[in-house]
Amino acid sequence: MSSTKDIEALIEMMAKLPGLGPRSARRAVLHLIRKRNLQLTPLADLMQTVAATARECLNCGNIGTSDICDICTSEKRANGEICVVEDVADLWAMERSGVFKGRYHVLGGTLSALDAIGPDELRIPRLVDRVATEGITEVILALNATIDGQTTAHYIADQLEGKVTLTSLAQGVPIGGELDYLDDGTITAAMRARKAL
Amino acid sequence: MEWRDEGILLSVRRHGETSAIIEVFTQDRGRHAGVVRGGTGRKIAPILQPGAQLDVAWRARLEDHIGTFTVEPVRSRAALVMGDRLALAGLNAVTALLSFCLPDREAHQELYRRSEQLLDLLGQNEVWPLAYLKWEVSLLEEMGYGLDLSVCAVTGGSDDLVYVSPKSGRAVSRQGAGDWADRLLPLPPVLRGDGPAPDAEITEALQTTGYFLSAHLAAQLGSRPVPDARERFVAAFLRLAQGEHKIDK
Repeated sequence: MSSTKDIEALIEMMAKLPGLGPRSARRAVLHLIRKRNLQLTPLADLMQTVAATARECLNCGNIGTSDICDICTSEKRANGEICVVEDVADLWAMERSGVFKGRYHVLGGTLSALDAIGPDELRIPRLVDRVATEGITEVILALNATIDGQTTAHYIADQLEGKVTLTSLAQGVPIGGELDYLDDGTITAAMRARKAL
Repeated sequence: MEWRDEGILLSVRRHGETSAIIEVFTQDRGRHAGVVRGGTGRKIAPILQPGAQLDVAWRARLEDHIGTFTVEPVRSRAALVMGDRLALAGLNAVTALLSFCLPDREAHQELYRRSEQLLDLLGQNEVWPLAYLKWEVSLLEEMGYGLDLSVCAVTGGSDDLVYVSPKSGRAVSRQGAGDWADRLLPLPPVLRGDGPAPDAEITEALQTTGYFLSAHLAAQLGSRPVPDARERFVAAFLRLAQGEHKIDK
């Protein structure tokens, strides 16, 4: 049994990853061992590299391998727009769409009375600084359509009011969505945000 | 153990990868927590927004277990308040205060009725702040810190009542206050249900109720501070009263 101690430890670590449990972790580890040269070794190398180099961008909170991320250093992205998102995963989702050409600001969460997360726990003061120093003309609040997300959006709007144009994402029917399956709240929001054809 | 009731969703907390622990304020069982299996999923997450009116069924093997909820939406309030700064701040204040001060599993039927009525008024910004003030007074009363504003605590008279004693919560007349006036809290007519309830009076009355929430109620609950959401609502109300505007759409 001692000969498999490291493998068991690896399975245990993998099982802690989101979306994986002990059974699926065992399957993944077995797969990696069978594809040692093709997947396991490159994966181990990459993990070691990322562990050594991954860090938060000091400017926007994105995750990259340098102190200032590629988006913040790119002159092409300095178009006067900042898109405010809750989490790095949201930033990556926006980047996948390719629709936004400006810069980002990652808050690192939302205001929450329950979890005692106030403005000081988020990167809101840094956002206010950036608006003042980076020649920002528009701040797009791309926060989740939840009570906490919108509470945070309104708080930021209060902080930046009069300094810059503030916009928020539209809310309504998703692409491919069927009205019959939508909740009342989404239908209400969609009706309120209807536009002329 | 099993029961079914209707309630107001107060809070949602992620539990594991797919579940959520919710707190619901129900008519017959008060503030009650339970697990919702799959509560973070795409279908249920939009329903589980604080302030939502839910039909809940709770089940557990023993009564003191946290148990599991199955939920069905009765009416959502989130969509109505998302774009409205004051309504959103108000909803947060109500749910945060209820979650903060209600004892676990203890029925408060009158407060439940008032809370439901108040939340159903969300979006009607011309009447909501006054309704909220009255609700806060009833919350204090329900929690054992009711204000007695009928007669002066010093003279026993009912004329010219302009102060509230921060210690006893009783009204004090101008004459009865004497040199102690600067140590007393303001008693605007709106707090006694008099007059046309201008915004300035509501703001003043909220300072007085805020004092009792903070100095008496919160202190009794282990010195936890009153949730910030209440202060944010008061600030949003002040801003609206001063004529500021909303997010550009």
